Amino acid sequence: MDQLLINSGFPILSALIFMPLAGALLLLFIKNESACRYFALVVTSIVALWSLRLLAGFDQTTSKFQFAEHHTWIESFNINYTLGVDGISILLILLTTIIMPFCVLASWSYIKTRIQAFMVCLLIMETAMIGVFAALDFVLFYILWEAMLIPMYLLIGIWGGPRKIYASVKFFLYTLTGSILLLVGILWLYTANNYSFFIPDMMWQDYSLTAQVYLFIAFFLAFAIKVPMFPFHTWLPAAHVEAPTAGSVILASILLKMGTYGFLRFALPITPEATILLAPYVLWLSIAGIIYGGFTALAQSDMKKLIAYSSVGHMGFVTLGIFVLNSDGVEGAILQMINHGVTTGALFLCVGMIYERTHSRELRLASGVGKYMPIFVTFLTFFSLSSFGFPGTNSFVGEFMILAGTFEFDIAQNNFPYLALAAFPGAVLAAAYMLRMLQKIIWGGTDNPDQSWISDLNVREIVTLAPFLLFVFWIGLGPQPFIDFMHTSVTDLLQHFHAHQEHVIAAAERIF
Amino acid sequence: MDYKLLIALLIPLIGTLGVMFKGDNENVREGISSFSSILLLFVVGSMVPDVLSGKTLTFHMFTILPGVTITLRADPMSMIFAIVASSLWTIAVFYSLGYMRGLKEHAQTRFNACFALSIFGAIGVAFSDNLFTMYLFYEIVSICTYPLVAHHQDDEGYKGARKYIIYLTTTAKAFLLPAMILIYVLTGTLDFAPNISTGIFPAGVNETLVIMLYIFCIFGFAKNGIMPFHHWLPGAMVAPTPVSALLHAVAVVKVGVFCTTRVMLYTFGTDIMNALNLGIPTAYFVSITILAASIIALSKDNLKARLAYSTVSQLSYIILGVALLTNPGIQGGLIHIVNHAFSKITLFFCAGAIFVAADKKYISEMDGLGKTMPFTFGAFAIASLSMIGAPPVGGFITKWNLLIGSVEAHQLGILLILIASTVLNAAYFAPITYRAFFGKRPAGEPYTGIKEAPLAMLIPILIACTISVLLGIFPNFMLQFVKAVTG
Repeated sequence: MDQLLINSGFPILSALIFMPLAGALLLLFIKNESACRYFALVVTSIVALWSLRLLAGFDQTTSKFQFAEHHTWIESFNINYTLGVDGISILLILLTTIIMPFCVLASWSYIKTRIQAFMVCLLIMETAMIGVFAALDFVLFYILWEAMLIPMYLLIGIWGGPRKIYASVKFFLYTLTGSILLLVGILWLYTANNYSFFIPDMMWQDYSLTAQVYLFIAFFLAFAIKVPMFPFHTWLPAAHVEAPTAGSVILASILLKMGTYGFLRFALPITPEATILLAPYVLWLSIAGIIYGGFTALAQSDMKKLIAYSSVGHMGFVTLGIFVLNSDGVEGAILQMINHGVTTGALFLCVGMIYERTHSRELRLASGVGKYMPIFVTFLTFFSLSSFGFPGTNSFVGEFMILAGTFEFDIAQNNFPYLALAAFPGAVLAAAYMLRMLQKIIWGGTDNPDQSWISDLNVREIVTLAPFLLFVFWIGLGPQPFIDFMHTSVTDLLQHFHAHQEHVIAAAERIF
Repeated sequence: MDYKLLIALLIPLIGTLGVMFKGDNENVREGISSFSSILLLFVVGSMVPDVLSGKTLTFHMFTILPGVTITLRADPMSMIFAIVASSLWTIAVFYSLGYMRGLKEHAQTRFNACFALSIFGAIGVAFSDNLFTMYLFYEIVSICTYPLVAHHQDDEGYKGARKYIIYLTTTAKAFLLPAMILIYVLTGTLDFAPNISTGIFPAGVNETLVIMLYIFCIFGFAKNGIMPFHHWLPGAMVAPTPVSALLHAVAVVKVGVFCTTRVMLYTFGTDIMNALNLGIPTAYFVSITILAASIIALSKDNLKARLAYSTVSQLSYIILGVALLTNPGIQGGLIHIVNHAFSKITLFFCAGAIFVAADKKYISEMDGLGKTMPFTFGAFAIASLSMIGAPPVGGFITKWNLLIGSVEAHQLGILLILIASTVLNAAYFAPITYRAFFGKRPAGEPYTGIKEAPLAMLIPILIACTISVLLGIFPNFMLQFVKAVTG
């Protein structure tokens, strides 16, 4: 076990995980509403600043798990409290910690009832999310994975819109169903691995192909629902539409990433041969999601639904990148996970800001606000451009790498880029629905509702959006530092993969 | 690191910001516009000696991925477009000042800001050192010109603007983006080659893919107006005339042809184009556009629509010339970027002046108007000679080179197409001049003396027209850049 982990002395990760939880407990004693807001902001900000220590201490030259911690938890079942991060998870943890203070800011005036409870939910959510990305024990992972559902369920169910009960129950049932098979898979792996739940031990073992295929299907269901991949996506628009702004941001920016993170962390290393065998199907499913998400987004008149369906398309690009199984594709996919978190999170913040003014998510009622909200539409323009991959913004780099990876895969496999070319209509659709939304909000038509009473962004709102804009251009113009973080881990992952390639070819010949 | 390039790029951008923040004071605002345009012209001019002495200026800005950077470069080819864009911006700024104030248009601050921003994009395209930088600025031009096309904010304006943005972004995303990424995958770089022959593709590359990439590039830069993706251009004519003039005769469409020819010569290169026999089929393909657009132009009574189709037709001359892959052909194509720009902007300026002074849009209403607006129609007549390709105006130099180019390429068919299109050009331009000077004024509109557009419009018209003539009489200044391209 030790050769896979690097200890760092001080338990940075535990501190990150437990600080929000401790904050949530303390928050229970604060009665004043305004104090609740400030307290939550302070806690999330401290966590965000604290997480920067990960950046400073991270060794980019190794693919081992760093900042590792290991404590025995339930000895009789060999369940341990094991944490660690590598190049795949570090950026996702930072994305989580950095986005949380802005979720608090976005809820400042949006949430008017039971503020204390709301902030407690946010903080518990943060604990669970950081934990999911850092857990190296499968039971710990599973517990935190399930634990996320409860605060999220409450966020939608209590502070949501008119159909909040429907949306929250749908969200809960979908995710829970997916994770039951995951649990079965975990237990099978536990028995197959000498009764150990230590995740790195499970990787790159020679499980039989049949076992791998079953495991892959279990993983796939759990993670594909979370991503969500077409056709498992129907919970997402409902949840997004009804969730409060902060809920939508968390959902889009972080929760969706857990599905794709799951593919990278579990499906690829634990079931490599099944992955290679089944990758073509997943790839075409990704393409279907990209196209379907694009067309559906184009037809929406509800801004939140529009962005929700755009997420289906964008996450299709991420799964596309993961399953082409080459360095450009996988690195692009990880980068695109971050990009989607930044851009779509920001777009949901923008929609929330309109909603606070017009009390509607209807595009028609927001038509022509551009004239009266110049600062707002400036932000919105850049985020929308980023969303459809305008060159110079963050998403362009991610999509470029993913599609380059897809071309490489295609040319190597088929000698002609069928798959890659099939993805481009998705890029066209992304431009179409984003520009349509942008046009409606900025210009509208000749029959705009009267918007002259509307006020532009206040300082708090500008402060909420500005950092997202910074990342849009930072990743867009200088992505190399971000890629460097993941490079060693991804290279290592793919090297292991190619070692398994020959097994697969033999296995495939046996089957077909 | 040549900071002049960065300065040239930033001038229109800073001008935009200045216009936005000083929008409430229209004199200051327009002062900033004109000052930026003159400054840009000066900076671009200061690069001329260096480039002519054979130096290539470069400025590296950002590295996105290995082989994908944002880098600027000034070589003879970029200077051709940079000189055109910067000098015509200067002229157009003064013209639009007269036009917009003359018609008391709304949202003039937005108009001026987007105008400057589009020039930022055009200058960026001119100075691109690689396909990615070019794509970036190409898309910036698409986005920034939307508000200009939709300027009137009526149903017609929104409709035209929607068509405009749909055509341009769809083609860019569907053709250009895959082409760019696949070129990167095949070659590992997006930089342009140092000369027009070698290209960037390694030996032994998959030929089917290269041919596919080439077709994608031709259609991806839909601003070049090649049929069937030309329809955005007539649609964009709902914009105010200064926009039509600068953007849809010069900046936007020239961005399209400049990008297309740049990629043909510096990404693919004449060697691979000859080897895969891509040139002559392209020439014949764009001939369809040349002839068809001319025939459509014949049928248009709206002056701006006729000019728009004339533009579609003339743009393909540039592609045709380069596609011939002979030195005179390439030179004729590239020099037409300059000649067409100055002549077509004169024509559009005249159309705007006629609208402002006489409130007329349709050719059939312009009978006898030449007497009322002699300078405007005089300039119109001269500029249309350039479109036809008659001496002594710039267009003649183009035709001359193209004809020689087609002879050297042994393409009798192309020669005949050029002659046929010359006849068509004459057929749709000559009647306008004829009607204006010799037509009978319509009843109820007696001659009341000379009534020209305001001087702020008339002077730019005369300047642009004079330069068109100078380009025909003293073609050497621009020809030296073109000759430096072909080496």
